[in-house]
Amino acid sequence: MLKDLFTKRQYATVKPSVIKKSVADAEEKPTIPSGMWTKCDKCNAVIYGEDLENSKYVCTSCGHHFRLNAKKRVRAFFDKDTFKEFWKELKTTNPLNFEGYEEKLKSGKSKTDSTEAVVTGVGQLNGLDVACAIMDSFFMMGSMGTVVGEKITRLVEYATENRLPVVIFTASGGARMQEGIFSLMQMAKVSAALARHDEAGLLYISVLTDPTTGGVTASFAMEGDIILSEPDALVGFAGRRVIENTIKESLPDDFQKAEFLLKKGFVDSIVERKNMRACIYKILILHGVRNNG
Amino acid sequence: MDKDFIKMNTTPWENVEIARHKDRPTGKYYIETIFKDFIEFHGDRSFGDDKSIIGGIASFNDISVTVIAITKGSNTTENIERNFGMPNPEGYRKALRLMKQAEKFKRPVICFVDTPGAFPGMGAEERGQGQAIANNLFELSRLKTPIISIITGEGGSGGALALAVADRIFMLEHSVYSILTPEGFASILWKDASRAKEAADVMKITAKDLKGFNIIDDVIKEPRGGAHKNPAKAADGIRLSILDSLKELKEKNLDTLINERYNKYRQMGNFF
Repeated sequence: MLKDLFTKRQYATVKPSVIKKSVADAEEKPTIPSGMWTKCDKCNAVIYGEDLENSKYVCTSCGHHFRLNAKKRVRAFFDKDTFKEFWKELKTTNPLNFEGYEEKLKSGKSKTDSTEAVVTGVGQLNGLDVACAIMDSFFMMGSMGTVVGEKITRLVEYATENRLPVVIFTASGGARMQEGIFSLMQMAKVSAALARHDEAGLLYISVLTDPTTGGVTASFAMEGDIILSEPDALVGFAGRRVIENTIKESLPDDFQKAEFLLKKGFVDSIVERKNMRACIYKILILHGVRNNG
Repeated sequence: MDKDFIKMNTTPWENVEIARHKDRPTGKYYIETIFKDFIEFHGDRSFGDDKSIIGGIASFNDISVTVIAITKGSNTTENIERNFGMPNPEGYRKALRLMKQAEKFKRPVICFVDTPGAFPGMGAEERGQGQAIANNLFELSRLKTPIISIITGEGGSGGALALAVADRIFMLEHSVYSILTPEGFASILWKDASRAKEAADVMKITAKDLKGFNIIDDVIKEPRGGAHKNPAKAADGIRLSILDSLKELKEKNLDTLINERYNKYRQMGNFF
């Protein structure tokens, strides 16, 4: 009996791969609120679905701005049922014949209701027509390939022709790797179209949302006459890990956040989502934007 | 046919290695060899002088030109000084300042590009790396003077494009031009930077590939084995290409020039 005390006890064992997987699952939990109750990523408050929708997906307890897909952004920003989407059906040809790319596109589509990482069209803000592009970070990380570049270019050209202001909500992991050099060239293409819009004396407002990085930051996100940002949005050119590997030290938490960019002089104003409509409307009016009709 | 120019069949990765070769002629070498009376101008007038980009004015075939190069060093000391050809925002701002000056004085702009990419550093972010590149793309697309860009080594990412929105874009035969270094590409898509070779194959980064895609206008031949085997000869090839394009571009009126530049980028992209 004394011997029994010293025998090794049997424990149930769990393979490390199983643990890793469940941790990864937890990290990948979607930030699109679904169901009745949603937990805030920042403060862990549990928010009732309808309250969250009414607050435009801003935490009612700590003010954390949830990421929005394009569809929800349209609803949060435009007058009800005024947004008309253009060029919805454009598709990429997979120019590098990149393996697995088509599947990625398919999964992006099923996740978002969008056909690409940007939705473009014209909607109304308190009755004023605005040409608008809304990037969707839930579609392949909002990456910019040829279709994203083409849709935004067409939108800007349309706005120049019809003398409309342009508003772009950016949300992007950067240029889309799967389309290689073609993605890179979209930076130049969109920039050139915006330069013409500028030349015509028209207004372009870019609104930075979480996250805006890479080739999008290094092109149209930073080309606005006026650059606004949502609070706490991550905005930068190089990725955090890339920088940390280069300088061999870890970066402060607020690095590349909207508030950091404001302090460094790269953002005109940080605007809470609930005030975005009012703020942009005021800017449009102060620029003499009037209804065409 | 000159035996020095006998075609070599190189794999994409071999081109990456030639493009990064430690003896590959630098942008500084090409400026000093191809142009006369080069005077270097420093600084962006707001923060500092970035030595990974050199620029100034010079004479080419008896006309005044503005020349700008993203350049690596020809030895370790110089490489450190030039930050291995990775510019900071003030470098791009200096380049733009010199290009606007070229526009004012009606000088063509000639750019040389050899960079793994814009520098990913803390200061670079604080001073707006993204904004600096964006502003270059925006302004170059409508700069009212001819622009010629030559990728001489690595053309990495937005950091290269910021000096390559041009009327004529050339690549040296063994140079590469891509959305990201093959290492970066492999690490993003496959979480494994050691698969760079494989990445180089699928990315389509060679001069020949990009000519086929109409992303660049032409390929400039290199001496057999690569430009470092005979730098003077490589410089000769570049000189001829600049000469031909300048002749052609100087004939165009400015509106046509800018419209053609717009349309050149406008048609880049594959979709249906």
